[in-house]
Amino acid sequence: MIAVVDYHKGNLKSVERGLTAVGADARITDDLKVIRDASAIVLPGVGAFTDAATEIRETGQFGVLIDRISEGVPFLGICLGMHLLYDSGEEHAEEGLPTAGLGLIPGTVKAMPKADVRGTQYKVPHVGWNKVEYLSKRPNPLFEGIPDGEFFYFTHSYVAPPSCETIATTSHSITFPSAVQVGQTCFAVQFHPEKSSDAGAQLLKNFVKIAEKA
Amino acid sequence: MLTKRVIPCMDVTDGRVVKGVNFVNLRDAGDPIELAQRYDEQKADEVIFLDITATSDDRATTIELASRASEELHLPYTVGGGFRSVEDIRRMIAAGADKVSINSAAVKDPTLITTAAQAFGTQAIIVAIDAKQVPGNPNKWEVYLAGGRTATGIDAVEWAAEAAKRGAGEILLTSMDRDGTRDGFDCALTRAVARAVDIPVIASGGVGKLEHFAEGIIEGEADAVLAASVFHFGELTIREVKEYMRSQGIPVRL
Repeated sequence: MIAVVDYHKGNLKSVERGLTAVGADARITDDLKVIRDASAIVLPGVGAFTDAATEIRETGQFGVLIDRISEGVPFLGICLGMHLLYDSGEEHAEEGLPTAGLGLIPGTVKAMPKADVRGTQYKVPHVGWNKVEYLSKRPNPLFEGIPDGEFFYFTHSYVAPPSCETIATTSHSITFPSAVQVGQTCFAVQFHPEKSSDAGAQLLKNFVKIAEKA
Repeated sequence: MLTKRVIPCMDVTDGRVVKGVNFVNLRDAGDPIELAQRYDEQKADEVIFLDITATSDDRATTIELASRASEELHLPYTVGGGFRSVEDIRRMIAAGADKVSINSAAVKDPTLITTAAQAFGTQAIIVAIDAKQVPGNPNKWEVYLAGGRTATGIDAVEWAAEAAKRGAGEILLTSMDRDGTRDGFDCALTRAVARAVDIPVIASGGVGKLEHFAEGIIEGEADAVLAASVFHFGELTIREVKEYMRSQGIPVRL
C-alpha cells in the first residue's frame, strides 16, 4: 500500500486518484502507523514550506519520514513535497531565518527570481507546461518511456537549489532542478505528475513499478 | 521554455455546461467533466469552469463538480464565479480545485486577494477582470462588474497592478467590448495589462478564428489564451489552434 501523506494543507484526492488510476493501492493518511507500515510513500505538495514543515514536525510525521526514507522505502515527493527534502526553505519564513526541512538534500529553497542573468523579465509564479530535461543520457527508472524534454505541469514560486541529487532540470528565469533522486528509491519532482495528463500518468506508473520491485 | 497555454472555458449552471455544446461523439454534451476530458485529449493545457449563476443551491452542485473533477481529471482546473469570502474559496479548494478565480468580491474588498493568497498560495488565486474601453479614450479601460452591467470607475490596468501586488497569481482579463463578437482579443488592453504586472495574464473575449489566438500572445503579450464557443461548437480543435500557434513561432505543448 502506498501512503499519500496528509499534512492537512489541502486536497490530495487528485494524487491518490492519479496513483490508483495506474493500478496502485494508494491511501491518503495522516496516521503514523500506516505511514510506518506502507510499502511506499508519496509526499504531495500543497501549501507553503514553513506551514507544511511546522505541521509535519508537530504531528510527528517528520521523524517517521526521515526513518522510512533512510531505510530505503520507495518515496516520491511532489512540488512542496520535493522542497521539504532540502535543508531549509524561505517560503513564509522570517527573513534570514529559513525553516528547517528534512535535510536529506543540502541547500535552501528560495523564491524564484523574476529576471534572468541578462535582466530579461519573467512571470512568477512559474505556471504552465514546461520541459523536463535529463542530466544523464542513461534513462532514469522514474522517467522510463518518457522522452527527454517532455512537458509537465508546473505551478510554483519557489525553487530548489542545484545539488548532485538533481536528475533533471527545467528553465524559466533560471535553470532549476525539476527532478531529484536520493539513494536508489527516493525521488522528488517539482512539477505535478497528477496534473500532467498522459506523461504524468506514465511517471506515476513508473514510480508504482519501482515500489513493487523494492 | 515555458509554453503559452490554451484554455477552454465552460460556463456551468446547476452542474451542467450551458451555452449549447455541439461536440461530436460526446455521450453527454452537458457534462463538464466529460467535455474537459475531451479537451485533455486535444492537449488543452488546463480548463476553467465558470459558475454563471452561483446561487446557493447551485453552489453545492459546483462544489460537487470540483470534487468529481479532482478525481477524474488529470489536468489543472480553475473554478470561477460566486466567491464572496475566504470561506467560499476554502470550500472550493478543499473540494479539489487547483485555482479559483475571483472578480466582484475582490473589487469590493481587495484584502480578500491577500488573505486568500496567504491561505492557499499565490498560485491558487486568479483575479478576473472584466474591462471596457472608456469612450473617446482608446488607451483607457474601466473595470465592470456583474457581467458588464455595473461600471466601477476603476482603471483596469491600475486594478490589475494592484491585484498582482496584493498576491494574485494570475490575471484573467476579459474585454467586454470584444466578448461574443468573434472580432479577436482587445490586444491593446491585453498588452497594457501584461506590461503592468509581473504575473501571467490570460487573454479572454472575442476569439473567432485561428489567427486571433496568435495575436493574443504576440500582440497582446498574453501568457495564455482562453476561448469557449469556438471549441464547444467544434469549429476549432485545441490541437489545430496549437499547431497554428506553433507555426507562428509560439512555444506550445503538443
